[in-house]
Amino acid sequence: MTENSIQAMKITNNFKCPRCGHIRTYTGLPGEHRIVTCSSCGVQGKVTIPGVAVPISTNGSAIVISHLKKVFGDFAAVDDISFSVKKGEIFGLLGPNGAGKSTIIRMLCTLSRPTKGSATVASYDIVKQDGKVRQHIGLVSEKMIMYDQLTARENLKLFGKLYNIPNHLLNTRIDELLGFVRMEKWADHRIDTFSTGMKQRINVIRALVNEPNILFLDEPTLGLDPQSTAEIRELIRRINAENGTTIILTTHIMVEADILCKRIGIIDHGKIVALDTPANLKKLVSGTDATAFEIEISNLEPRMMSSLQSQSPVKSLVQVDPTHLIVRANGSDAFDNIIDNLRNSGAKVRMVKNLEPTLEDVFLHLTGREAREKVSENGGSQKRGFGPHGQRRKTARVR
Amino acid sequence: MLVLMPLFMMVVVGFIFPSGSSISDTPIALANLDNGSMGTSFITQLNAINNKTGMMELSTAKDFDDMKKMLQNNEINGGIIISENFSSNLLAGKQGYITIVIDQSNPQMSVTIQGVLSKTIESMGEQTAIHQLNIKYNVSTTQATSMVKPYTVQSQGIIAGEPNYFQFVAPGIIAMVVMMALMTGLPHAISYEKDIGTLDGMLAAPINRLSIILGKVMAQTIRGMIQGFIILILAVVLFGVVIEGNILLVVFLILLTVFSFVGLGILITSFTENEETATMVMMTLMFPMMFLSGVFFPLQQMPWYMQGIAHFLPLTYATTALRKVMVLGADIPAVGTEILILVGFGIVLLLIAVPMFKRAMSR
Repeated sequence: MTENSIQAMKITNNFKCPRCGHIRTYTGLPGEHRIVTCSSCGVQGKVTIPGVAVPISTNGSAIVISHLKKVFGDFAAVDDISFSVKKGEIFGLLGPNGAGKSTIIRMLCTLSRPTKGSATVASYDIVKQDGKVRQHIGLVSEKMIMYDQLTARENLKLFGKLYNIPNHLLNTRIDELLGFVRMEKWADHRIDTFSTGMKQRINVIRALVNEPNILFLDEPTLGLDPQSTAEIRELIRRINAENGTTIILTTHIMVEADILCKRIGIIDHGKIVALDTPANLKKLVSGTDATAFEIEISNLEPRMMSSLQSQSPVKSLVQVDPTHLIVRANGSDAFDNIIDNLRNSGAKVRMVKNLEPTLEDVFLHLTGREAREKVSENGGSQKRGFGPHGQRRKTARVR
Repeated sequence: MLVLMPLFMMVVVGFIFPSGSSISDTPIALANLDNGSMGTSFITQLNAINNKTGMMELSTAKDFDDMKKMLQNNEINGGIIISENFSSNLLAGKQGYITIVIDQSNPQMSVTIQGVLSKTIESMGEQTAIHQLNIKYNVSTTQATSMVKPYTVQSQGIIAGEPNYFQFVAPGIIAMVVMMALMTGLPHAISYEKDIGTLDGMLAAPINRLSIILGKVMAQTIRGMIQGFIILILAVVLFGVVIEGNILLVVFLILLTVFSFVGLGILITSFTENEETATMVMMTLMFPMMFLSGVFFPLQQMPWYMQGIAHFLPLTYATTALRKVMVLGADIPAVGTEILILVGFGIVLLLIAVPMFKRAMSR
């Protein structure tokens, strides 16, 4: 949605100054509270714009962000960002720590007021209709929103009560949610007796207690062990698939964004530097649809290379050292063709490695530097990428 | 802050401590129940001395009950009563009785007043004795005492019992504990929730932001009340403090104290990012209040500028009101001024604090 359609929603009304009787007009969204200053004597009056808060038409978008900006002192944490998130998609905000991801989430969750710009979440304005926004969102923030001294059920009940859900509905809902994450038998145990992974499972379903249309996940796998990380990622997928919940996810883990998100916005220094599907983002690096393979052949001969080069899917071929080749090829059967060709020419293939660019390469390509790492997960990337200029570099420190 | 705090404390404690055992311009009521000439001449004599030393500001009271009212209303610090048959006793060659009325709710002050007044009246008596011996030369032994010491000074509290420091200090401590519960509890509760992350969960839910702080206020009020009552019970059981006034009025005053401090607590909560800053700001505010509000030392014995500061602290009024009701058995009209001032403090602070809090929550 554009600024224009927000304009169209606005209602024009008259304000009569209580002191001098001067009448001025003002505009605003229905149900909005505003302070109007008399243009003739400067007296301020509080007005409520008539009508009930009505959803703003957003053409199937769950979130529309328009020129959003947040400044702390003279530091712009979020710098003029605009994008929209479609209903039912998992949208990833990817970037290093301090890039502004959390600030965006906080503004969208009405926890922080934008310095400039506007946004609608679930068709409601985040500043003017913040109460409505809150009814339709769930939040999993970096810190777990739970009381350690309470049991899982008590926590769910407490936060459910904030949404004014009648008891009988809330109780069934809690049982459903506990079943959803297979935590029924832990329902009446205190949170502080749980492992981090169990805590996070409860924390995620806590955000679902009001059946939100939009779920915000701020670094949901931060500090979890690999097994719990996998569990939470699976949970996120199921929430999206089974309930059709729109999910906004922030992460600094590239692999996570790659495997979970339909679309990814890459953020650096408060700005969106790229926004697309993971596949399209990777194309930014390779520039083509070609896939690169690294092949090690123990008895490499020039004859084999010229035979390979004559294959139609092969776009380029570079010999790195006496036994290593880098081959770029197009098409889905490129790999088969290359292997067949090499077998026919009697090559002894010792190793083949797919050098498809990763999101790390995308990030490096876009920002010219590696994303800063935060220790959170075991093991590094299995893939080794090639930079934009085809030079081998050491494994990116970001997963 | 590290250096300033102890320095500040020293200065505060040093200044509020009673600076001497003399009194000056202390409001004292005088009741003359005697209808003879001797009473009048006693007053003339007292006035003459007072004009020279300026230690009292004399006013007139009808009788003991009138004086009690004046004490409860804080109009006077003590009183002198000339007994009914003062003249006739003296003329009959007996001792004339003078009663010094003291205020048990303020033991330090009453001890000072009692000391100074006794000394003054004794010396007045001696003067009279010399005068009389000059006139009447021939005196019998039974008349000797009445000539050398014609006046007997006794003191009477407005309630039964001796002045007791704990009696004086207990009401103030109750008010202080309630204040501390709110001022420490409120910022702590909010910054704790901020720290563990649960505050975000509440702020992201469709509830009024004020209900968050209201819930905290209620919890801290109950905590403060419980602590206040524990002190009250300890004071009664262990230290023999007698509650003279209506216990319901005491409870009401404690609640009113809470109300007057809620705004301040919310204000600190809104201003401070984390618990450490909150604790520091709170300490800086609380310590002067504790010492300047007459909790431990009577206001009347502080230098005038410290007394001036005390008038801007709600704790001063809370302490005074509680003390009047608990020790002197005052009723609502007697503490009306304090009640109004506390309500005023509460409303003004809340009017400032609530918008601040709302703004702070959507930073």
